[in-house]
Amino acid sequence: MVGSLLAAGGASVPFPALTTLIVLPALGALTIALIPGARLEAHRLVALLATWMTGAASIWVLLEFDKSDDGFQFRDEPTTWVESLGISWDLGLDGISLFLVVLTGILFPLAILGVQPEHSPKSYYAWIVLLEAGVMGVFLTLDLFFFFVFFEVVLVPMYFLIGSWGHGNRVYAATKFFIYTMFGSALMLVGILAIVFFHENATGDLTFNIVALAEEQSWSVEAGRWIFLAFALAFSVKVPIFPVHTWLPDAHTEAPTAGSVILAGVMLKLGTYGFLRFGLYLFPEAAVWFAPAMMILGTIGIIYGAIAATMQKDLKRLVAYSSVAHLGFIVLGTFAITTEGLVGSVMQMVNHGLSTGALFFLVGWMYERRHTREIAALGGLQKVAPVFAAAFTLVMLSSIGLPGLNGFVGEFLILLGAFVASPWIASIAATGVILAALYLLWAYQRVFHGPTEGENADMADLTVSEGLVLAPMLVLIVFLGVYPKPMLERIEPSVDALIAHVDEHVEDWTEPTADIVEVEIGGHHDDDSHDDDFHGEDE
Amino acid sequence: MIDAIYLVPLLPLLGFVALAVVGRRLGEPLAGWLATAACGGSFLASVVTFIGLVGTDEDERRTIVRDVFEWVPVGDFSVNVAFLVDPLSVAMILFVTGIGTLIHLYSIGYMHGDENFSKFFLYLNLFVFSMLMLVLGDNLLLTFLGWEGVGACSYFLISFWFGEEANATAGKKAFVTNRVGDWGFMVATFLAFATIGSIDYLTLNAAAEGGQMSQNVATGIALLLFIGAMGKSAQFPLYLWLPDAMAGPTPVSALIHAATMVTSGVYLLTRVNAVLYEAADWSNNLIAWVGAGTALFAATIAVAQNDIKKVLAYSTVSQLGYMVLAVGVGAFVPAIFHMITHAFFKALLFLGSGSVIHGMDNDQDMRRYGGLQKLMPITAGTFIIGWLAIAGVPPFAGFWSKDEILLSAFDIGGLNGLLLWIVGLVTALLTAFYMSRQVFMTFFGRYRFADPTEDEVVEAWEAYVGDAQAAADTAAEAQTAAVEAHAKTVTALEGARTKLEATQTKLAEADDDGREAAQKAVDAAEAALSKATDAEATAQGGIDDAGTSLADAKALVEQRRAEQRNRRLPDVGEASEAGAAAPFLPETVTARAEHHPHESPWQMTLPLVVLAGLSIVGGVLNLPFTKGLHFLAHWLEPASIYHVHKINAGAGTKWLLALIAIAVGAAGIFAALQVYLKNQRDPATIERGILARGWGYDAAVTSFMGGPGRSIFDAITWFDANVVDGLVNGVASSVRGGGSIVRRAQSGFVRSYAVGIAAGSVALLIWFLTRTL
Repeated sequence: MVGSLLAAGGASVPFPALTTLIVLPALGALTIALIPGARLEAHRLVALLATWMTGAASIWVLLEFDKSDDGFQFRDEPTTWVESLGISWDLGLDGISLFLVVLTGILFPLAILGVQPEHSPKSYYAWIVLLEAGVMGVFLTLDLFFFFVFFEVVLVPMYFLIGSWGHGNRVYAATKFFIYTMFGSALMLVGILAIVFFHENATGDLTFNIVALAEEQSWSVEAGRWIFLAFALAFSVKVPIFPVHTWLPDAHTEAPTAGSVILAGVMLKLGTYGFLRFGLYLFPEAAVWFAPAMMILGTIGIIYGAIAATMQKDLKRLVAYSSVAHLGFIVLGTFAITTEGLVGSVMQMVNHGLSTGALFFLVGWMYERRHTREIAALGGLQKVAPVFAAAFTLVMLSSIGLPGLNGFVGEFLILLGAFVASPWIASIAATGVILAALYLLWAYQRVFHGPTEGENADMADLTVSEGLVLAPMLVLIVFLGVYPKPMLERIEPSVDALIAHVDEHVEDWTEPTADIVEVEIGGHHDDDSHDDDFHGEDE
Repeated sequence: MIDAIYLVPLLPLLGFVALAVVGRRLGEPLAGWLATAACGGSFLASVVTFIGLVGTDEDERRTIVRDVFEWVPVGDFSVNVAFLVDPLSVAMILFVTGIGTLIHLYSIGYMHGDENFSKFFLYLNLFVFSMLMLVLGDNLLLTFLGWEGVGACSYFLISFWFGEEANATAGKKAFVTNRVGDWGFMVATFLAFATIGSIDYLTLNAAAEGGQMSQNVATGIALLLFIGAMGKSAQFPLYLWLPDAMAGPTPVSALIHAATMVTSGVYLLTRVNAVLYEAADWSNNLIAWVGAGTALFAATIAVAQNDIKKVLAYSTVSQLGYMVLAVGVGAFVPAIFHMITHAFFKALLFLGSGSVIHGMDNDQDMRRYGGLQKLMPITAGTFIIGWLAIAGVPPFAGFWSKDEILLSAFDIGGLNGLLLWIVGLVTALLTAFYMSRQVFMTFFGRYRFADPTEDEVVEAWEAYVGDAQAAADTAAEAQTAAVEAHAKTVTALEGARTKLEATQTKLAEADDDGREAAQKAVDAAEAALSKATDAEATAQGGIDDAGTSLADAKALVEQRRAEQRNRRLPDVGEASEAGAAAPFLPETVTARAEHHPHESPWQMTLPLVVLAGLSIVGGVLNLPFTKGLHFLAHWLEPASIYHVHKINAGAGTKWLLALIAIAVGAAGIFAALQVYLKNQRDPATIERGILARGWGYDAAVTSFMGGPGRSIFDAITWFDANVVDGLVNGVASSVRGGGSIVRRAQSGFVRSYAVGIAAGSVALLIWFLTRTL
């Protein structure tokens, strides 16, 4: 099973599919940059074309994905880039990254379709399409050097999206976002170089390839733990994990709608994906060692984020804090290091992208109509905008984790996996489901219920085009809740391979599993002894 | 025939989907009929399934599972969408779909004219679907899907009239309170999986039976599921949401908050009865006492409620307490028996109250009812049957099932059994009392709908005094006018005297020629004087008269003020008499008096009649007399309920207990008769304020949530904004104070760095592409 991680498996592909996923948006961004500024429609058209084509390619990848293969698929022969430095262009996709890639492929065109920039469309579209290339790169590369490059690259477009097209205190928010994440990744660069040199010293082979690095584990236990910390800091900021989360509410609140959708939908997942791919896989020993602490931090995030969300006065800020809580679940599930927890975490990354992405669309459209996000200024909107309210309700229920919708499956698996690993932590984390209902339903009541007064009475309902943007997300929310099997069975083999990898490299550790009891389920032996007669037997 | 089970949840689901797509276009009443047909079809399919199960060999009835598809398969965890078709679940689906259909039909009449008519039925069908998933699920997770689904529908329907803030709050309260219980349900699921490796009922029960489940695990699962049950089945301390849930339309109260959803906690515990059997005695005892305590607690509150639906809501909490008590003492058949009879009579009572409310222009205050049996004969007749059933009067349904629970409690023996039995008995007394109170206040006695309200009484008295005051003011003005008039006559009199003196002087001085003329002038002056004197006297009289009138008017004002002081707030009965006797009956009252409450349309009365029939004969499901009559027990035991519940008490004891229960019920009815029909005692001495306020528990929780609870949340939010975020900003600004690095970061540095990264990366990418492609 471990060996198969090394193998370049998957369907035989006539063209470098994964490279296409990065190159298409990159070329799109370049094209937009080259088209003269006056050609307003052309920018949007190219942006839509590039992202739709990328989306189509990601779906093609999904369809071609071999669910019986637990290794990296669609992996061409790595192209050595700088041989003397061991850097190579090596892309691969497994069950862990597959759905993040598809989510990215779907969410970007919707974000472009759903909202138009208030000014400077050319640079807006160029940045947003470039962002997609970066995000795809992070999810696809198997080379630490390129991983770092892509991880940094995504900062730039987002910085400009928030700083130029954001609301209110946008420069403060953008700068805070940038400095926080930069600060985190600086240490990670040191960590990357350290393990590459450790590896070279031990094997004589200079390489940035994560498969090779992960298999050899050429560093001492202590070094591994320190370097894990360096990586963990970078990812913690990105996720974000308490107490380095405060850039998120500001960034989300001030970002333009598309920025918020993408930030929540895919960019936060760079952190959680990082933990899976570069935490557990590269540093299994350290991950196991830090797991209890990380589970506790995840739990703190769940409860703390929910409490902070409850008290927010700005609707968008409330949704932002709800992300802190949701991402806390993902961290909890990741560090439970059980099949259920990890599969749940991967699924929850997608779920959060769908539900929070949709919430940010709705809040954004509400802002376009009402020019306010202040909860106190809204009220009774369900009366004038019933379809809008219905869409909001569905997404809200997904976010609350209502069974039958996607959010529940992920959350449940995470808590189940965490319970097997640590019953007490999971039991405490499960209180998060109470708080989620509290803050979302309370917000819903204040915004949609009650009397409809003042400007609220004039709010327009959801338009057809907005409905079409939302529709794919709503369909997926229901589908993945009712029938998650196709997704789960594609995630699980890779997760199992990852756990086997951890098992192999960590002494005295085995995956926490449920006790499985063999029981005999049979019919009953009829035992006809109803002797509770009123009159006794003799009557 | 068992395959008909697939249709059972499918039809309401299709109804939901159809209504979601074309509901608005179908409109009233078609949308309602569609939903009713979907639910009715589901009932028929349930009947077919039931017949199929009857035809199955008894040994096989426990294990019939119908798979639909694999739902959540991950690692060792595997859960299917699969239905467990056993006697327990089939008994449940029969009454859920049966009563559900009746309530759908009823709603067509009740929701007439509502602007969201089709949406109501959409939720109703979704509810029935969810409830069926809850009941049919062969594992904890699928039950949880239904469990949360019914919770969501309950939320939608409680806040159905969301324009009112109170309704929206009640809906949210229901959902959030239930989530507290759901936590227990979820953790129970985790515990079952972690220790047994499965969460399907057959495996869990078999593991408990086969000894593979330790007592600690069984206790843990039982108690955690019980936390869930406390939420859904509204047990103390989580019952708080149910009284508030009455904000929803009355059919919803009948279907969801009385007959079906709220029983799901009891159902869940019964579903895992083998696990409860294995659990520690203390945990079952705890369940029994929470049930008994809730039953008594809620019954005391019901005594003092004036809202017709609030009485029934607390009554429901109380009756659910009985069922939980039964579960706690291991009497699962009596629990299910009471669940079914309760569904009949409580749905009947709620629908009856809805019919009353409908006929009374949405007035829910029983103090303004009375004598309605003449105006709403069908509603009254059926309601009375429901009353007799719940009050424990034989041979109505409730008597049999409640009696079995009391017997089972007594039968566990010892002081514990005796105490549980006594608590149950006192609850029965209170139940008979408050239900009789409700019936007497609503259907008997004087018709009080036209009684003036307190506000109207106050207003009327003020108008009464005001009239007198206005008359007094007029009199005072008249007096002033009279005085002025008098003053004028006095002036005139003076003038006349002066004139007379002048003419007399002239007469004295006059020569003979002028004497005659002068004499004439004097005569004329004398005549004028006498006239003026008369006028003055008349004016003086006018003043006196005006003074008298004013004094009278003032006296009237004083008199009326005194009356007002003495009778300012008479109770409703007196107010009516005062109102009827006094000439100042407000127009609003006379308008009401002309309004006649009316009987409801057939869509509403037909379900009442059917449910009344079931409430009469429901007891035959499990009559105690001979073995052959224990139909329900034979049906459920041991296929669904693994251990046959044995009663140790002898026939004599059983008879004695039953007679005591009948006597207690009769005493409760008699007491209510004395107070509410014969007026032998002032009701205020019974309906204490503390009872009306539910012992102040709700208020205490609310003030805790709004007070310390909110403060903690505020403190954490403050901590986040000022400490966590502040630290970072603090570091930044201290650096900024020391140098200009961060200032440059704020303005130019970040931007140029960002552009640097971008340019560098793009260059790398392009260079790479040129090498590979």
